[in-house]
Amino acid sequence: MSQEAEGKKRGMFSRLFGGGQSEPAPEAAPPAEEEGRSWWSRLSGGLSRTSQAITQGVADVFTKRKLDALTLEELEDVLLRADLGVGAATRITEAVGKARYERDIDPEEVREILAREVERALAPVAEPLVVDDSKKPFIILVVGVNGSGKTTTIAKLAAKWTGEGKSVVLAAGDTFRAAAVEQLKVWGARLGAEVVSGAEGADAAGLAFDAIKRAKEQGADILLMDTAGRLQNRAELMAELEKIVRVMKKAEAEAPHAVLLVLDATVGQNALQQVDVFERVAGVTGLVMTKLDGTARGGILVAIAETYGLPIHFIGVGESAEDLEPFAARDFARAIAGLDETSEAES
Amino acid sequence: MFESLSDKLSGIFDKLTKRGALSEADVNEALREIRRALLEADVALDVVRSFTDKVRDRAIGAGVIKSVTPGQMVVKIVNDVLIETLGQEAQPIDLAAAPPVAIMMVGLQGAGKTTTTAKIAKRLKERHGKRTLMASLDVKRPAAQEQLAVLGRQVEVDTLPIVAGQTPVQIAKRAMEAARLQGFDVVLLDTAGRTHIDEPLMAEMAEIKTSAKPHEILLVADALTGQDAVNLASNFDEQVGLTGIVLTRMDGDGRGGAALSMRYVTGKPIKLIGVGEKMDALDEFSPTRIANRILGMGDIVALVEKAAAAIDAEQARKAAERMAKGKFDLQDLCDQLAQVEKIGGLGGIMGLLPGVGKMKDQIAASGFDDRMVKRQRAIILSMTPKERRNPDLLKASRKKRIAAGSGAKVEEVNKLLKQHRQMADLMKSFGTGKRGGMMGKAAQMMGLGPGMQMPSQEELQKLQEKLGVQQPKGPPGIPAAPPPDLLSKPSLPGLGGGLLSGLNPFGKKK
Ligand SMILES: Nc1nc2c(ncn2[C@@H]2O[C@H](COP(=O)(O)OP(=O)(O)OP(=O)(O)O)[C@@H](O)[C@H]2O)c(=O)[nH]1
Ligand SMILES: [Mg+2]
Repeated sequence: MSQEAEGKKRGMFSRLFGGGQSEPAPEAAPPAEEEGRSWWSRLSGGLSRTSQAITQGVADVFTKRKLDALTLEELEDVLLRADLGVGAATRITEAVGKARYERDIDPEEVREILAREVERALAPVAEPLVVDDSKKPFIILVVGVNGSGKTTTIAKLAAKWTGEGKSVVLAAGDTFRAAAVEQLKVWGARLGAEVVSGAEGADAAGLAFDAIKRAKEQGADILLMDTAGRLQNRAELMAELEKIVRVMKKAEAEAPHAVLLVLDATVGQNALQQVDVFERVAGVTGLVMTKLDGTARGGILVAIAETYGLPIHFIGVGESAEDLEPFAARDFARAIAGLDETSEAES
Repeated sequence: MFESLSDKLSGIFDKLTKRGALSEADVNEALREIRRALLEADVALDVVRSFTDKVRDRAIGAGVIKSVTPGQMVVKIVNDVLIETLGQEAQPIDLAAAPPVAIMMVGLQGAGKTTTTAKIAKRLKERHGKRTLMASLDVKRPAAQEQLAVLGRQVEVDTLPIVAGQTPVQIAKRAMEAARLQGFDVVLLDTAGRTHIDEPLMAEMAEIKTSAKPHEILLVADALTGQDAVNLASNFDEQVGLTGIVLTRMDGDGRGGAALSMRYVTGKPIKLIGVGEKMDALDEFSPTRIANRILGMGDIVALVEKAAAAIDAEQARKAAERMAKGKFDLQDLCDQLAQVEKIGGLGGIMGLLPGVGKMKDQIAASGFDDRMVKRQRAIILSMTPKERRNPDLLKASRKKRIAAGSGAKVEEVNKLLKQHRQMADLMKSFGTGKRGGMMGKAAQMMGLGPGMQMPSQEELQKLQEKLGVQQPKGPPGIPAAPPPDLLSKPSLPGLGGGLLSGLNPFGKKK
């Protein structure tokens, strides 16, 4: 791994773990300083409160103790606090207990096992979002509940791709929320991406149609379509979303080529319903989880991975355009287990 | 709102109450189940723990284990603790301060602060006649200030003119000055969303507080929040000292455990709930109502409780079996009438069922009331067991004897027999697998007439599930595999799909 890549990776991690520190620039945290520090001091210094709590919890559970039923139950609690949900937490706890029952086990080992088990669930769904160059434009529909981070994620994706030299068109498909169009226009202006918009209150499906036409005329590489936030139990809003997809197909038979569901990391078990319904209605092809720069660990992704197996493409770790990272199962799992990213490499 | 949580708890209590007496192990098992249900409802783990501890302490302290109806007591205790945790009384927004009264809105990104700000402004204007000024201090998210301005125009509430380049603290100062000069009663300060561990931003928020001296500081939080609810609520509270919480997206199908968590860790009241995207979709938070909802819609727990306490599951099983075979004699009718009485009469049952309000009136109008239940039972009780098993024996002389014995008229005896015959025919048709339209007839037989407004099939199905009766995977003591026809007709516990189903035209075309 090159020095630069390593530094970048660490930057992401310190952001993921240490959202508490203001983050001047992604690469600002000098890795050199961290190198000399011990595993533990970095852990206690850099990890978020939740991770600390998890680590502490695991340590409390396992220091000088045999792995018995009670300790396993407490281990399950540790996972529950990370929003894994009862099912996934139980399953992973059982996996940890298997073949180790009544044996002495030290906290660090348990963390590794824990991370491995979580990773096992997530690894199959950690897939990058592949933009098929043969589709011009490659049409991406972005959906999710209110305030989950759709518009910001679109901006982040647009920043990434324009940075790679691709031409991106944005469609301001949230015709409902006040100033949602302006919000996207501000991003478009910042990133130099054209924004196709209609009037507030206009038909979102019609706008989707126009946007595809426009992106084709432009010869754009990628079209990112924003939508209004909607709760998945609101039938009329889900019907509207269905219509948007239907109308998109009229403009381009294969559209949308990708449908991204944006999930907020603070969400609890309701995320399962969100995935379920949005998948059925809009044919979600992949997930993005935002706001992992807070203390929420987004453990519900483990349950989602087990139940739906939908690819997880990206995570959001801040409000700026560059605060988007590819989803890495191992890193994510280690964050849940309260481990940093380098300790296993060292061991 | 909390349907899923109430489903879960109802299931647990149903199981609990089906047993005669509770052992300590029973209590512990129930508590484990409650723990699981609360966790699945996103109640934070520590809150769950303290909650179940409290319930256990009180349950044992109250001598539940020795009490006659232990299930009932546990339900009551859970309900009490729930209400206590959520806060005893609804607390409105407090405006008792010298104007302009500042209200500051804080919360994570995407929680719904701006929308809630506009909703509150509309409410203060319309319900309290307050002149309100709104100001967006969100200089971070693109077009956030414009968003509030647009909403201000929508609800016809003034917003502070946007001046580019000002810091949030400067905007807050300007808002307070403007309000003072222009005689506004209330100033609503909508702050930018921030992560609660973002120290510079949390410090900025404290600074805004120092300069605007808000009378209320409301945490706006998403009702769909998971375990992180405790972290975010306690952090915001520590940093600025919250005065209350507003929960948004309560119209979602989240289980709403965050309400319990945040209230618990901060001790701050949940003042309002957001229930939709429209500007008037804002409700008062009623702890009792929400607690009731958590425990069961339309007071289903109370129904489960009463029903389970009163009904012998074994007897119910037998009745169900008989009816499945198409048998329904006068003794069966008598048993069912007795059960209706035990549960608190027809009114009692109807009052407990969700969505049966309208039907209640129709039942009252039909004259089929509790008095009639009593009379009919008296008539049957005046018969010999043999007569009850074989109504064909009832010739004129016997009828006269029965009428005299029960203080009824012979016509009443005849009417009862006619009703019973029709019901028995109905049961027979169940036994032979015919269906559809039958229940409608049953309702007519009972003099209720057609075309009643009924709770939906789904609602009743759900209810039946909640009651856990005659479900193949139901708790012990319940018939394992009831006849499919009966199962498809929603019924009350132990009533075996009989009388009460007879009152409901379930067979109505879908
Ligand atoms: N801390 C943090 N904030 C984020 C992240 N992604 C989005 N946000 C913030 O969350 C808030 C809501 O984001 P939006 O992108 O407007 O969300 P949306 O889903 O488009 O919202 P609606 O259109 O209102 O449904 C904004 O304040 C964003 O800056 C993230 O990864 N981390
Ligand atoms: Mg948006």
